[in-house]
Amino acid sequence: MKRYLFLIAATPVDWTSFTPEQQAEFMTQHAQFENHLTTHGRLVSTAPLAGAEAATTIRHRDDQLVVSDGPFAETAEVISGYYDAELPDLDSAIAAAALLPHGYAVEIRPAIPTPTPDDQVPEDQAQA
Amino acid sequence: MTDAGEALSRVVGEDWGRLIALLVSRYRRVDLAEDALADAVEAAARTWPEQGVPDNPAAWLNTTAQRRLLDRLRSEGTWQRTVERLTTDSPTTAPGADTMANLPDVDDDLLRLVMMCAHPALALEAAAALSLRLVLGVSTADIARLFLVSEPTMAARITRAKKKIVTAGIGFDVPASDDLPGRLETVAQVGYLAFTAGYAPGSGPDVVRTELSGEAIRLVETVLGLRPGEPVLVALLALMLLQHSRRDARVDADGQLVLLADQDRTRWHHDEIVRARHLIDDLDTTDELPALAASNLVQALIAWEHASAPTAADTAWPRIVRHYDTLLRIAPSPAAALARAVAVAEADGPLAGLKALEGIELVGHRLESVRAELLTRAERWDEAELAFVRAIEACDNDAERSHLERRLTEMRARA
Repeated sequence: MKRYLFLIAATPVDWTSFTPEQQAEFMTQHAQFENHLTTHGRLVSTAPLAGAEAATTIRHRDDQLVVSDGPFAETAEVISGYYDAELPDLDSAIAAAALLPHGYAVEIRPAIPTPTPDDQVPEDQAQA
Repeated sequence: MTDAGEALSRVVGEDWGRLIALLVSRYRRVDLAEDALADAVEAAARTWPEQGVPDNPAAWLNTTAQRRLLDRLRSEGTWQRTVERLTTDSPTTAPGADTMANLPDVDDDLLRLVMMCAHPALALEAAAALSLRLVLGVSTADIARLFLVSEPTMAARITRAKKKIVTAGIGFDVPASDDLPGRLETVAQVGYLAFTAGYAPGSGPDVVRTELSGEAIRLVETVLGLRPGEPVLVALLALMLLQHSRRDARVDADGQLVLLADQDRTRWHHDEIVRARHLIDDLDTTDELPALAASNLVQALIAWEHASAPTAADTAWPRIVRHYDTLLRIAPSPAAALARAVAVAEADGPLAGLKALEGIELVGHRLESVRAELLTRAERWDEAELAFVRAIEACDNDAERSHLERRLTEMRARA
């Protein structure tokens, strides 16, 4: 199993402007996605995120901590939620992300396994 | 070449991809497989001349490469984990030298390797380079030459692609049947990109780069050997064979490019043209094919019209115009519209061609070069002058710019 972070980028929309049918379809698509995760792997955690206006970005410039208001990049789409899940491979992750609402762009980022005290050798290095 | 040298280059030429596929299938480490096999080939070059060629050269390379790969895993400290995984997972291919006694058994692994190298999560150029390197064993130096980059740049590109495969978890699998057609289209796109790279204008005509385009043909033939009759690949192979059949006539004795109409048609490879025709005849009509296969087929039909005309004057231009109409319906693009306008001019004269240019928007110099040539033929000298100047300004390739400048001078002499 590999661990993937699904970063969902979407144009901010007002949920209340959706019709009940649109809301139902949206929920179904998320449910199908989560169903794929639990069928083929494991959902570790997920959350919707507050809007980009609540984002804070930190960087280091010339060894100085620079804290700035806003997300990484100013674009129409912002990171609006995430899923952290374990799946067998990238094809399975792509198949899952394809189930999400089509207005999203989904960035799939493999998590790099880090050793824990119980597990000195990262398992995925042997599997990769 | 010595017997040992010949045996080695034969087994590398024929079995490189299968050997890589076996290693990746067993150890799932595409980042180590290539180096391990390269080490084994080096060891063979050293020992075979003294000790004699082994009875089964491929098996010898497989065993040696496996040893090298295990050494690397041991030094990484992942050895123990790998052994545990190998004993719990069921490998897709039973390991051992006996596997190599019958290499066709490895075909499934070779298809998995093709699908991994031509994965849509890799950039097309990276996928093309990786496919040539891992599936066919083309050297990094040759791939660099094909894509007009330095060897270190190409080596870095290939390494990045292999790292992405391992890090992102691109699987070593034949895709599910729903996904397979789309994935074969990616393979076709990768193959065609590698093919056209050899014909892209460089600093000058480079016969070796053109020959390297032939490796892209070999790649598509290899995949067709694993998936016989796949329309998208059959149509692509026909298209590539027809274009490639003209390679020896494209460049004259001074190394200058020769236009299609002026080429010595006896220097075309007519056996390849005949083979392409058979491939075309085995396909369904464009209406029954998926878009990419249909688009490749129509382009092959256009190339066939040129290839089958005994002289340039015998070219069936009205039929070519109709093929372009079909192409624009299936896969509209400004480049295809421009090519259609050229065909219209040949069929119905320069004024009809100029009319067909209306509404085409295309960056670069090609649109204005075509306009300039058609205006020259229509003897509209002032407008032709303007179009030539605009084309020359927009052209960023030395060889093509000097061609345009020559044409402008010729036009002025006539005006």
